[in-house]
Amino acid sequence: MIELENVAYSYGGDALLTDMSLQLAPGTFHFLTGPSGAGKTTFLKLCYGALKPTGGQVRLFGRDVTGLSRDAVAYTRRRIGVVHQDCQFLDHLPLSENVALPLTVSGQGSPDQSDNLRELMAWVGLVDKTDALPPELSGGERQRAALARALILSPDVILADEPTGNVDWEMSQRLLRLLVELNRMGKTVMIATHDLMLIRAAKAQVQARVLRIANRSLQLAGADL
Amino acid sequence: MRLIPDAIRAVLRRDAAADRVVPPSGFTVRLTVFTSAAMAFLTIFVMAFSLASGRLAQDWGEELARASTLRISTPAEQMAGQTAAALRVLEQTPGVARARALSEAEQQALLEPWFGPDLPVDSLPVPQLIEIVETDDGYDSEGLRLRLQAEVPGAVLDEHTRWRRPLVAAASRLRLLGWASILLIAAATGAMVTLAANAALAANAQVIAVLRLVGATDGYIARAFVRRYTLRTFSGAALGAALGLAAILLMPGDSEAGGFLTSLRLQGWHWLLPLTVPPLAALVAFLATQAAARRVLGALA
Ligand SMILES: Nc1ncnc2c1ncn2[C@@H]1O[C@H](COP(=O)(O)OP(=O)(O)O)[C@@H](O)[C@H]1O
Ligand SMILES: [Mg+2]
Repeated sequence: MIELENVAYSYGGDALLTDMSLQLAPGTFHFLTGPSGAGKTTFLKLCYGALKPTGGQVRLFGRDVTGLSRDAVAYTRRRIGVVHQDCQFLDHLPLSENVALPLTVSGQGSPDQSDNLRELMAWVGLVDKTDALPPELSGGERQRAALARALILSPDVILADEPTGNVDWEMSQRLLRLLVELNRMGKTVMIATHDLMLIRAAKAQVQARVLRIANRSLQLAGADL
Repeated sequence: MRLIPDAIRAVLRRDAAADRVVPPSGFTVRLTVFTSAAMAFLTIFVMAFSLASGRLAQDWGEELARASTLRISTPAEQMAGQTAAALRVLEQTPGVARARALSEAEQQALLEPWFGPDLPVDSLPVPQLIEIVETDDGYDSEGLRLRLQAEVPGAVLDEHTRWRRPLVAAASRLRLLGWASILLIAAATGAMVTLAANAALAANAQVIAVLRLVGATDGYIARAFVRRYTLRTFSGAALGAALGLAAILLMPGDSEAGGFLTSLRLQGWHWLLPLTVPPLAALVAFLATQAAARRVLGALA
């Protein structure tokens, strides 16, 4: 579903990422790690079409990203659930409408979706925050809301960028459990994180592959973690 | 059959959810409504003014065309000869469309109000009248006088309303200026809406980024803004046009004495013209916001 072939990326100056190849097979669970500034966010952006590679080829659902129109990129995003590093919401709308936003903008918003929405809110534990405005939420609540929003269109792939970046250990465990559960339901999951504790904790629950960005390229980390 | 293009249909279709994704922005809303109302009000006035100038130019122009008469006073035996000579001169004068000697019956009809129906015109030394119809450019008055003096000594050129000619030219020019002003007002409305839309797009950069991230197309995002500004401009312009029309209705009606000042009231089908102002303003707003939104969105990832 997401394929990278000898991909390189640079923001204008020196290459940030070089010669990266990866095939994200359905149902797999990946961690993407590396020091801060290594290019994890950049790598994920390449994976959901927000950036186009400056070298090599990225194929999303079999289509080369380079040739995609802006609308085609928008449609592709509806098939990939993304939890962004700095999860942003529409601050003037209550949480339930924010979570349902992907439905609204893709013209699928309808009252029959409300059961689905409630179920999802219950699953991420935000039922009592349905009417809250995003600025009133804590860091952990925002992350879970972002996860719910990423899932509302039932995508096959979930990409999460530092989902546990600014939440406490308890909450990061809770988010991890949600992501592992999604993987058990058959979804492909990739989590970018520099938190090695989180990766260790995950390894006990799921068979995860760990990719590391080092020296501008992608390596498969061994069992040393 | 498609009577309304998709883009306009999208603006007219109410989509409550899509309207809500852009936060309400009270102050700019009121400014946009106010400015479009003011612009529409001005447009109605300039329109009435231009139409009045046009009518004036036309009415006076028609009178002007029949403005001159040639009067030949000469002993009866020379009358036929001088009349023929005068007609010949007039025929050769550039700027004279037609010249025609009035018949006896016509002359009698002209004199009747003064002397009664029983006046025996043929037995009196009544001067022969020649009616001159000018072209739009008119003839050279001095040149014609000199030629007549030489060839038809008994002729007197009478140009009673010729002094209006520069006024007619001015009225036509005013009409042109009026329509040019309306174009300027339309352009200013477009510029105003562009500024307002740009401000709204800039103020809502985060909203746009979020929408884009969750898979909204440029068209969807643009529509949310375009719809809002088009409808605001339309309602403002409708208000302004209504006030402008009311003001014109309150002008006193056409009266002989008032002339230009009282003829600002619209006439006939011209009353329909103000109705086109709100839709045209909305169209300008639609195009301006559409262009602004496309420009801003095209620059985003
Ligand atoms: N839009 C951008 N323009 C230029 N440089 C950028 C941009 N985004 C990120 N970078 C740079 O690219 C490098 C990698 O950034 P990022 O992918 O966010 O790393 P990570 O997520 O691993 O911390 C950083 O040095 C950062 O400064
Ligand atoms: Mg990052």
